[in-house]
Amino acid sequence: MTKSVLLDLTQCIGCGACTVACKLWNQLEFADGAPATGEKAVKDHSNWTTVTFRKVQKDGAPVWRFVKEQCLHCLEPACVSVCFAKALQISKEGAVVYRPDLCVGCRYCMLGCPFSVPKYEWQRSLPNVSKCQMCAGKIAQGEVPACVGACPTGAMTFGERDDNLALARQRIEQGNGRYINHIYGEKEAGGTRWLYLSDVDFSKLGMVTNVPEVPIASFTDDYLRWTVPLLAGGALLFTALRHYTKRRNDIESSQASQKESKKK
Amino acid sequence: MSMAANAYTLQIRDWSFRITPLRIMLFALTLGFGLLAVYRLIVGLGATTNMNDRWAWAYWLILDYVFIALAGAGYSMALMSHVLHVQDVHRVSRRGLLISLLFYVYALVILGLEVGRWDNWYRPLFYWGYHSPLFEVYIAIIFYFGIQLIEFSEVATEKVFKPANRYVQMLLPAAFVLGAIIPFGHQGALGAIFLAMPNKLHPLWYSSMIPWFYVLTSFYAGLSLLILEMFWSNRLYASGIDMPALHKLLRVGACLMAAYFVWKIIDLYRLDALGYAFAGGFESALFLLELGGGVLLPALIGFSRWGKTGTGLVTFAALATMGLILNRANVLYTGFYRTLGPGYTPSWIEWGVSIGLFAAIILAYLFIVENFNIFKAAKH
Ligand code: SF4
Ligand code: SF4
Repeated sequence: MTKSVLLDLTQCIGCGACTVACKLWNQLEFADGAPATGEKAVKDHSNWTTVTFRKVQKDGAPVWRFVKEQCLHCLEPACVSVCFAKALQISKEGAVVYRPDLCVGCRYCMLGCPFSVPKYEWQRSLPNVSKCQMCAGKIAQGEVPACVGACPTGAMTFGERDDNLALARQRIEQGNGRYINHIYGEKEAGGTRWLYLSDVDFSKLGMVTNVPEVPIASFTDDYLRWTVPLLAGGALLFTALRHYTKRRNDIESSQASQKESKKK
Repeated sequence: MSMAANAYTLQIRDWSFRITPLRIMLFALTLGFGLLAVYRLIVGLGATTNMNDRWAWAYWLILDYVFIALAGAGYSMALMSHVLHVQDVHRVSRRGLLISLLFYVYALVILGLEVGRWDNWYRPLFYWGYHSPLFEVYIAIIFYFGIQLIEFSEVATEKVFKPANRYVQMLLPAAFVLGAIIPFGHQGALGAIFLAMPNKLHPLWYSSMIPWFYVLTSFYAGLSLLILEMFWSNRLYASGIDMPALHKLLRVGACLMAAYFVWKIIDLYRLDALGYAFAGGFESALFLLELGGGVLLPALIGFSRWGKTGTGLVTFAALATMGLILNRANVLYTGFYRTLGPGYTPSWIEWGVSIGLFAAIILAYLFIVENFNIFKAAKH
């Protein structure tokens, strides 16, 4: 069972209700210089979700699109695999959640996340990483995430990922060319729990599109699986070499001293 | 406390330390470091550094990478001198050990200031994030640091706690073998950290081979720094230049650099990224400077006859060391610039901390070589 949200960007009107609901539920600060909504929306430690207004070209005419972004809750999250302290974990329902009590603050998750989602509380003396938790507490009780519940147009559908994927495909097929044929999150980084539908290219919307289609963990695992056997083998080899080279040198030097004593 | 004949030498029983104006300046810098470090711990990273959500890894992390790599002398000496028993090299192995130990201390202190939740530093000991290359770095460095302390306690117990020397000797064979192998683990894993950033790190540096490159480069960088240290300490203490040993280091270093050069070119070709080297732009320029000036040129010097002279050796070692520094900085800064964009230069506190702590390391070095047997090991 893995929960998911299908976000149909064509239905987003940019009201920003989701960003307010997010802040209220998660008790995040409203900061003057860092709006969560608008052309200059700022993604930071207190804006877990943002709605960025973008003017894009569609069929030769400029149109406005409103792009709600947050953590995508990957199926095999890079942030979870790169965290050496297990401070990022996947909940039973499939939310990628953060445990500040375990975090060392290395910030590898910030750079390891292919979408650069996690942000940092730079102003605190013992700062934490901060990102969308998909309202893990709410969904564990069978509720929908705060942002989903707040959306007046119903642009987001909360449900099982398989159902959401099927729904997305159905919309693309029945939309008569209304949507582009790309479900963002179906394959990105091995698949994400948030899925997006759009009528313009995702790269035009400022979303990260150069992500590999395999989980990030596969890149590091390819190397890491070798390290323990290699190191153990190396230790054995070095022990053997240590004895061998020492004996060789001892023999050489005793031969040399024998020769010398013969000369005398 | 008694003052010895030389008024400028501080003498307490059999401990001595010369005081010169330069050393007083180093003390002042160390003090400055202490103040800045405490300030950083109290007010946090945002108020003291220029790091931000995009440049979440910056100057301090580059320093960690550089110092751990330059500390390569610790394991290259353990390997060459105590595992392979290469002749001549054992005479300089204590120097390698000392540089390595001090450089790890440097890197660990910076790391402690660099991470946000240093109060949770022990958490990964109980929560194993073993899918992370950083976990391997963490475990291996903790382990290796202990081993270096054992290795160094051989030197220390020649002067203090002398009876313990016998027991240290019993631990040494295992310490040398482990001290030779474990750094392969974390040097490689330090490179493997970047494997998780295929869509962020520039193709001139991103490669599945990067862990192996990091091992190889740290190995020869450690040797280069050891060469520099020998010339420097000879200027200070007339401790002598051990040419046969240096020539061994030079030969091994130059061979490894040549191997790295060829491997890197083949790898770029394999990944179809060779074109980026000549694409123009500051990434290409810095890459060419790194590989040409910091690898190829010193390797050629190392193979030449001039390389074996005093000036040649210093030039070789200085270029190789610069090449290593440039490489680590290129990966973490130049290589990410395309993705992270402008907007980061180190703050004066970031600089101050790095310089002040380096002054402390130099003072520690001077104190140790003046009070322990680091050089004289060369005699027998
Ligand atoms: S989008 Fe980034 S932060 Fe969110 S789950 Fe995926 S890797 Fe983690
Ligand atoms: S900053 Fe914290 S959550 Fe992120 S990778 Fe490091 S320890 Fe894990």
